[in-house]
Amino acid sequence: MERLDSRARSDIYGKRINRAPDPWRVRSVPYVSIMLASILPVLLVADMMPLLPSLAFLMLLGWRLVRPGLLPLWAGGPLGAFDDLFSGQPFGSAILLWSLALIAIEVIENRFPWRGFWQDWFTAGTIALAYWLAMLLVSGAPFTREMLLVALPQALLSILLYPIMARMVASLDRFRLARARVIN
Amino acid sequence: MAPPSSRRSGFSKKAQFSLFTGYLVAGVMVVIGLGLLLLSLWQPAAFAPLRGAASDVVAPVGSGSAAVRNQSQGLFAGISGYFNAGQQNAVLREEVEIARIRLAEAEAVESENRRLKGLLGLKETEAKPVAVARLVGSTATSARRHAYLSAGSGSGVKPGMPVISERGVIGRVLETGRGSARVLLLTDSESVLPVRRAKGDVIAFAEGRGDGLLRVRLVNLGVNPLKVGDLMVTSGAGGYYRPGVAVAVISSITPDGGIARLVAEPAATNFVAIEPVHQPAAVAVLSGSDAQAAGEALPSSTTSASATPDAE
Repeated sequence: MERLDSRARSDIYGKRINRAPDPWRVRSVPYVSIMLASILPVLLVADMMPLLPSLAFLMLLGWRLVRPGLLPLWAGGPLGAFDDLFSGQPFGSAILLWSLALIAIEVIENRFPWRGFWQDWFTAGTIALAYWLAMLLVSGAPFTREMLLVALPQALLSILLYPIMARMVASLDRFRLARARVIN
Repeated sequence: MAPPSSRRSGFSKKAQFSLFTGYLVAGVMVVIGLGLLLLSLWQPAAFAPLRGAASDVVAPVGSGSAAVRNQSQGLFAGISGYFNAGQQNAVLREEVEIARIRLAEAEAVESENRRLKGLLGLKETEAKPVAVARLVGSTATSARRHAYLSAGSGSGVKPGMPVISERGVIGRVLETGRGSARVLLLTDSESVLPVRRAKGDVIAFAEGRGDGLLRVRLVNLGVNPLKVGDLMVTSGAGGYYRPGVAVAVISSITPDGGIARLVAEPAATNFVAIEPVHQPAAVAVLSGSDAQAAGEALPSSTTSASATPDAE
């Protein structure tokens, strides 16, 4: 069989005979990827204006919408607390906003159970915009016109980045479920 | 695609309870988040130790990326330098000539200055930096403009200390971890710095606007004496900064002052020096108790109170 086609006994997750996904990987990849996305923007030096939308929040939206049912409803709390340590926003803002976002998605999902990519993008875009505005309001600095103007590219990026994030989450998910463990 | 059916509880009591618990825990998270948010808006320094520990972990990684950033900037500058090398050479030669003359003049002024200070009995105190560190990162996703340093309380850095690059003022230390510190950049909209014009005695405040520019507000209103291109330096009021460090250059004029560009841009800065607070005694008196108030953004009441005697 394998002489005819080397991929005959495998699928996108790898070989199927005597292999299994790594249990650690299956459980940790979503959380680790969101936490890494919290840390990554810290390494940029932005002195003029916010350069990126909150990558970790977009990653959270991606995992929640691409893989519904994987993250528990309360995952926004601990992950948000971790993000607050690095984001520069007042501590507690992400705990609040991420939890609210996950509850909102849950409600939307119950209301519209059948959905596709475009509807997901619409949901993610709306929630990301609301999050962007809320971030500006609770940042602890007075809300000025200059601040809003300078953060507009951030709002645009947070909408446009969702499809890329969704693809990234999909490939991370393939990595997560890859059959890495050999059973003997 | 419909979501997996595990989200629907059906008649199973166990599934119903676990669904209910999920909502309950998420609701509790919302309440906890709201409480913590209100607490940290009320007391911005409340979670400083937590954040300090977290930034200690990231700072070593940031040092690596800072080195790469500076090298890549040097590479681009090197490439662009080749394109107009000839013309630049002539301009630079001319500039060096003029600079030499000015340098000789400055030496004369300096010696005279020393003589006069000797007559007055003032002691010259050169600020010795507490530490020299790299800018390793910043809050790139937030509306606040904070940066991270690769030196912390382990090397003697304390909240309130000014952070200065070879070009001018970068900001002020806000919180410290053991091996890292968080800096309030001048462009943050909570940052206020007493400044004066480099030549002449125009006193003003430089406030961050949150968009990379500073708003310079004159203390004495009247005819606006500022011109485009004026250099603003620290006035030393408030006691945090030593006087005479370059801050910003006026780029446009407004009725009550001007809009200024930074002299020392953090993104183009490699190493910074953390200097001790210039007049710790004055800061301690002005902030009421000890210098712990330095942990928060400089309250404007403190600044104006400290600046008024200088402004007269």
